[in-house]
Formats: sequence, C-alpha cells, structure tokens
Amino acid sequence: MKKAGVVVFPGSNCDQDLVEALSRSGFEKVAKLWHKQSDLEDCDIVFLPGGFSYGDYLRSGAIARFSPIMKEVKAFGERGNFVVGICNGFQILTEANMLPGALLRNKDRLFICDYTNLVVQNPKTPITNSLKSDQVYSIPIAHGEGRFFAKEKEMDEIIEGNQILFKYATADGLTTSDANPNGSLENIAGICNRGGNILGMMPHPERVSDPRLGRADGKALLSSIRTFLD
Amino acid sequence: MNTVTLPTVETAKKLGLLPDEYDKICEILGRQPNFTELSIFSVMWSEHCSYKNSIVWLKTLPKESERMLAKAGEENAGLVDIGQGLAVAFKIESHNHPSALEPYQGAATGVGGINRDIFTMGARPIAQLNSLRFGMPEKDRNQFLIKGVVKGIGDYGNAFGIPTVGGEVFFDDCFNTNPLVNAFSAGIVQTGKTAKAISYGVGNPVYIVGSRTGKDGIHGATFASEDISEKSNEKLPAVQVGDPFAEKLLLEATLEVIASGSVIGIQDMGAAGIICSTSEMSAKGEHGMDIWLEKVPTRQENMQPFEVLLSESQERMLIIVEKGNEEEILAIFDKWDLQCAQIGVVTDSKRLHFYMKGELVADVPAEDLVLGGGAPVYHREWKEPAYFAENQKFDPNQIPQPDYVEAAKFLLSHPNLASKKWVSKQYDSMVGTANVSAGEASDAAIVLVKDAKDLAIVITVDCNSRYVYANPEKGCAIAVAEAARNIVCSGGEPVAITNCLNFGNPYNPEVYWQFVHSIKGMKTACEAFKTPVTGGNVSFYNQSGYDGPVFPTPTIGMLGIMEGLHKRTTIAFKTPGHRIALLGPMTDDIASSEYLYSYCKVKASPAPYFEMEKELLTQKLVKKLIKQSLLASCHDLSDGGLWLALAESGLNSGFGFEVCGTEGYRMDAFWFGEGQSRVLISYPLEHEDRIKTLALEKEVDFLPLGIVSDNKSFKVDGLDWMSISEASELYENGLSKYLIQKSN
Repeated sequence: MKKAGVVVFPGSNCDQDLVEALSRSGFEKVAKLWHKQSDLEDCDIVFLPGGFSYGDYLRSGAIARFSPIMKEVKAFGERGNFVVGICNGFQILTEANMLPGALLRNKDRLFICDYTNLVVQNPKTPITNSLKSDQVYSIPIAHGEGRFFAKEKEMDEIIEGNQILFKYATADGLTTSDANPNGSLENIAGICNRGGNILGMMPHPERVSDPRLGRADGKALLSSIRTFLD
Repeated sequence: MNTVTLPTVETAKKLGLLPDEYDKICEILGRQPNFTELSIFSVMWSEHCSYKNSIVWLKTLPKESERMLAKAGEENAGLVDIGQGLAVAFKIESHNHPSALEPYQGAATGVGGINRDIFTMGARPIAQLNSLRFGMPEKDRNQFLIKGVVKGIGDYGNAFGIPTVGGEVFFDDCFNTNPLVNAFSAGIVQTGKTAKAISYGVGNPVYIVGSRTGKDGIHGATFASEDISEKSNEKLPAVQVGDPFAEKLLLEATLEVIASGSVIGIQDMGAAGIICSTSEMSAKGEHGMDIWLEKVPTRQENMQPFEVLLSESQERMLIIVEKGNEEEILAIFDKWDLQCAQIGVVTDSKRLHFYMKGELVADVPAEDLVLGGGAPVYHREWKEPAYFAENQKFDPNQIPQPDYVEAAKFLLSHPNLASKKWVSKQYDSMVGTANVSAGEASDAAIVLVKDAKDLAIVITVDCNSRYVYANPEKGCAIAVAEAARNIVCSGGEPVAITNCLNFGNPYNPEVYWQFVHSIKGMKTACEAFKTPVTGGNVSFYNQSGYDGPVFPTPTIGMLGIMEGLHKRTTIAFKTPGHRIALLGPMTDDIASSEYLYSYCKVKASPAPYFEMEKELLTQKLVKKLIKQSLLASCHDLSDGGLWLALAESGLNSGFGFEVCGTEGYRMDAFWFGEGQSRVLISYPLEHEDRIKTLALEKEVDFLPLGIVSDNKSFKVDGLDWMSISEASELYENGLSKYLIQKSN
C-alpha cells in the first residue's frame, strides 16, 4: 500500500484534480497536506500541484517555497524520498533549489493552454520507467511561465546526468523547434535531480487520466510512478 | 447630522439623477438629502442597480419551470434543479464600460464579479464562458483592446482555477469605441444547501470579509449608466482592480463558511459596493442595519463616508452571522488568511443608519433604494428606426453570383468565422478535469458534474448582433434558437437561460425600440423552447459620439443538461466513407449573412430566414437521431452557412469531403446563406434509411450532400475548392495574423 501526499498552497488549483488522478492511477491512499502544517503524514511520496500559489505575483513559486511545509518537503527529498512537482509545483521546486534551472515567461509572452506531445528521454526514472521510449504521449500544458532555462554549465550537468525526463515533440516524435510550445531550452518539458528522486514537469498528466475526457495518456505517467514505488 | 450645506438638484444631476428623482428622494426622506445620501440614491437608482428603464419589459419574460429553484431577481444568480440532489447556479454579466477604458482590469474584474455571484450562493463554479465583441482587428486600437481583454480574462480565470470552456468573439466596426465583454459562470450546489442574500435577526453581527476597501470603482455603477465620451477617461478610478488570488481564497473560505450553517445571509460586493449589499439584504429580510463605517478596513486613510459606501473594490463579501457563532466563522477566515471585520449589527428599524466615528452620516430606508421597492420604474417611448423599413427593401436578385472558391476562401479567413484559437489558448480550459469538450469540440461545451452519476451540463453563449440589428424581434429569437440548437446538437437538453442585454442609450426611442422588440423575440423563443429566464444583466448606454449605438446584443447564455454521457456528439467527421447530409429547411436566403455583409459589402438586409415551427422540428429530430445513436457527427449551421459547417467538421477531423449542391437554389445561398434551423450530420451508410424515415416522420427536410473522403481536399460540385492544408492555414491565421506578437 502506498500513500501519496498532495500539498495545498493558497492559490493551488490543480490539487483536487491530482488527488483524483492519483487515486485512479493505483495509489491506495491520497492525502491533502495543508501548507501550514509541518507533518507529511507518513506519505510515501509528495506531490506539489499546479496552480498559482500566493497568486504568483512576484515570480511563479517564489513565495510558496517559504511555506512551513516546504522545510519538511526539502528534508524529505534530501533523505532520498520521491517528490514530484507539476507545473506550479515544478516552478516551486526550482525556486527552492531542489531542481536546477528556472522557468521563465513563455517566448511569445502569452499563457498557453494546449495539448503537447512528449517523448521520453531517460526511461529509468519513476515517472518514465513503465513508458515506451518509441511512443508519443499527449499531455496538455497550461502556463504563462514554462520556458525551461539553465545556464550553460548547469545545462551541461543536466545532460551529462541524464536528468531530462521529457521533451516536447511533434506527433511523429521529432523534437523540432516547431514542436516547442514555449521556447524551452532543448525542448525540455520535465527534468529530475541527479539522484532521480526529485522530479518536475510543466505538462499536466492529471488532466488526461479520466477516460470520460477522451484522452488518458497521463494515467500511464502517474501509474508508472506508483509501479516504481513497489 | 451635519446639515451645513446640503447639495442641490444641480449636484443630483451631476451624479446622474433626474430632477424628478431628486424630488422623489426628498419625499422619501421627508427632507433634503445630504451628499452621502444623494450619492447612495444615485448609485442604487442607476440603471445598473435598479433596472429602472428595463424592468417593465423584463417582467414579461417567462420565469417558470419545474426545475426552477430560484426565480429571476430573487438571488444573485438563477438556480436550476439538475436532478440527483444537485442544482446549477448560473449567470451572465457585462463589464463593457470598464473594458472600453482599461481592457485588462475591466475584463478581469468582470470575471471576478460573475464568479462571486455564483459562489456567494454556496455553489462551486465549474465552468466559465465569455462573449466578446470588438471593432475589426485591423485597427491598432482594437488590437490593443482584444489583447487586453483576453489577457485580463485569462489571467483572472486561470489563477482563480475555473476553466473557461467556450465562448464567442465577434467583430464589427460598431464596436470600435464600445466593445462588449460579457462573462458567464456556472456552479454546482446541493439542493437545499444554498446561501441567501438576506439579513434578519436583531443583534446579528454584520461582517465584511476579503480585500480592503479602496477608492477604486466609486460611482462605477453610475459610470456604467452613461454614454462613453472623451470625459470617460477622466473616470479611470471608476475602473476596479482585480486580485484573483484573493478571489480564490474567498471562494474556498466562503464555501466553508456557508457549509458551517452559521450564516444568515451573504452577498458579494459588486456594483455600488457596501451600500448595495446592505440595502438589498436588509430590504429582502425586512430588517435594518447600523453600520459603523470607520470599522471597514480601508486601503487609504481619511476616506469619506460616501467613498467607503460606494467603493467597488473587488473580492469582498458582506456576511450576516448568527449571533453566538462568530468564533467559528472567524476561524475559517483566519485559516485562509482573509481579513474579516465586524462593521455593524442588524436592527428592526428597516432603515440603514451609517455612522462615521459616532456621527450619523446617512439615514435611509432600505426598501426605497432597491429594485421592486422604491426605485423608480419608467415606461420609455420607442420608435421604429428608419433603417428597418429600408432593410426590408433588400433585393437578393441585385447580388451577382460570386467566384465561389474566392468567396469560400474569404469567408474561411474572415475574423468572424476563422478559428478563435489565438483567444481560447490563453484560457485554461482544462483545470478541474471536467471539460469533456477540451479534447474534442461540440457545438456547446460539455462539462461533467463530478458529484453526480453520468451527468453533464451543456452550456453555450450565443447572439448574432447583426441579425438583431436587422430585426430585433426575429434576431433575438434566433439567438435563443441557436443556443438551443447548439445544446441539442451536442447531445443535451436545453433547460434555462440567463441573458446579458447590451444596448445603446434607452432614452433614444430608436434604441429602446430595439430593446423592446428583442425582449418580445426572447419571450416567444423561451416559451417555445421551455427555457425560462433565470436572470442576467442589462447594460444600456453602449454607444459613443463617434460610432453611435452598438448593434443591439442580447447575449443568451443557455444551460442544458446531458443525462447519459453516451449522448455526447461532436462536430468532427469520424471516418472516410461516412455520408454527409443536411437536415432542415433549405431556402434561397442570403440576408444578413457574413457573405452578404462582408464579401458582397451589402450592409442593409433583413434578418435571415427563421420559422420557429421548423426550428422546433429540426431540434426534435436531432434529439431523436442522437438518442438512437445514428449520428457520427453533428454541427449546426450558423455564421458562414453550410460551407463553414462543412469546413469545420473537416478541419476538426483531418478528413476531406466530396459534396454536391442541389438544383433549384441560388448557389451562393446554398453554400453561404445563413437561413436558420439547419444541421449538418455525418453517419454510416447503413443508418441512412432510418435517418430518412425519421426525418420524414418529423417533417424535416433531408438533403444528402456527399461523403467524408480520405483525399486531403474539400471538393464541391466536382471541383477541388482547396486542400485541407490550405483551408487550415486560412482558418487558423484569419484572426491570429492580426494579433501574433513578433518573437524577440
């Protein structure tokens, strides 16, 4: 039995969607963790959901990293436990220096909500281990600040450490610049830390995990995490 | 009370009141009002709050149905029973004037306001729509307005976390100075668990919660009740500033507070701020209030009493708490880091006493301020405008047949018909994981009701302003019919409407003629579709000295329900080889079509063909076909006629088509005419006999057109009109080419 925790910051708005999607993807227990608490309630894995924590008025994720619970989340990750940030959660993880790089304003400076195609880069991480490397996964994005950026040296380390989870691709799986929705370096849609236990991605797998919505590629990603924990 | 220098009738006029209204105020008070009181009456008796120039006609609209839980005007939004112990609260509202001056904040606060109307009833919003009208996008200023409004809606709605699942965008020069921004929201609540906008129980404390009160939006309601002029820019402080983060906290806290059961009444602060909420809630509960204005948390020091009373600062609520339960309520707001202050107490006086630091600054009877109480009610004169008779003289025989391929390309890339993806991509349409239509489009948006079993709401906003201008009565009936048709074609059942009535100055008899006849058309149509009016909003004074009145635009927001998600029907063709046919009356009509208006540049013509009987028959047939699972796709014909419907069904699927017209019609009317009550369907060949039989039974014309093809082209009457890739480029870039920013 595995228990997932979903942190709720003021301004989170994908927390409930993620709770439902995790329950649908094999997690036996899913708990919401209020940002003011400092107890992770024995969760096996912690998720930081999408949304606009604290309104994202300063810089996405910049305030949320100071929430009381983040001290615990950081320590939890440092002990080798799994932490996954989606969209605003990814932004918070980079702001908290738990992941390298930064998420900048989209290249055309507009918010984009649309489906993107993802291809797996490192197939050995929790979120990719059950996925097929020759398959394209249709997962939507919804962000104004999702352009992944890292300084040259940092970027070299990311590549060298095999830390890229997903890249944006065409429907045929080609990582062309046309397939890059927001101007991310190297078409990067998600990365992990060197240890492979802290993961962040801009696309929303929880939004495509209910078959009633017609598309369900995201369930494969979340189920992959659950399977990996066994 | 301070009686040093009392304002005169001249001041009253400056505040937007008529001399007669000033006299009436003196009569009600039994004395001359002071400035604070005069300000109170000026906003409460503005059109925006009192509906004084429209209520006589609004009362003629149908309001009854078995599903109706709250009738129009009773609560902040309409409330409709959708079964399984649940209800939908839904409403549409305008934010036209603020958006004309400050498009970003104007549109953002419109989104904030409509959502507060929904969650103040205890309903959690699940979907938003919007209906936008601008001048043509070639003009720089219009581009500025479009970009600002879309970003404002996106930034507010996206952060608030409720999906924007659809809407409409329409362009015409008449909206150059005065764009229309109408926002719709729908939420779900358990029946019997709704909160009311009421105040009673002597001694119960009155709280204000949420953002601090500032000097923004003072006299906003009065401002919304005037024409736009050069001087409007001087009213910039009348435009409010939105904070979606505060709204999100307010949503969560409000729903928790209502669930606690300790709330007597709650109302959001929208137009006319504290004075509106205190008077409406008190009048409804037949009680009074003592309010201590210095207790209201303010953004700046030394705000005058009238400023505190009239401020339209956003993200605020007024809450009457049952005495003794204050601690429970305060703890919830504290959890969400929201400011909550007691500013008064309920009394049995039926009067509102406003004090500032112990001094009584205003003493007014609540009932006399509000709609249905003492607010004035006017019967305005109307006169048929000269253009109306002129339009009827239109002779289609004067219009030569066009180069069809050229016309088809022109229409596909016209901003009114082209893809609106540049707009919709900026809205989060998927948060909440309930928008079934995000993956594949239907004529209306289908949104799951997650708390129920196999149930969805089906929602749409519709109005072709050009039809309404051509013939208000018929045009408005068409708006209702098209909304219903969109819901039926998606697999839903129309249930009720909310309306947003955007017109020019009601004191202009020709504008008022448009208003009256629109209401008549709406009444007939709502009765025919059994979709009562649950409420909405009136926005007059949409005109300027430069452009005159805008096209009359009674936007219809319609709610439908889908019992059984298997009924969901989408517009995309599904498989090559499927047959394509047209249902409904084919006529030789090109009147008021985009083809006639924009391609042929003929501006004066009547509204398009529309017969209510035929419309009802078409819709009845479509419901039957969907129920029997006979259709692969279904798309109603609207702007751009049959050609646009075919192109959209093709582009959405990636498949081409081969179709042929029928002898005996004008070919431009056949492909581009906008005669109403028609639906494009595709289906497997083996269903054809049953579809034909049912069509015959229901007395609906069935016209076979051709087949879905795997050739990547749109073939008409044996000619390749264009390849899919060319069509796609025209359709995708038609609007966005004006708006895409160059990458840096």
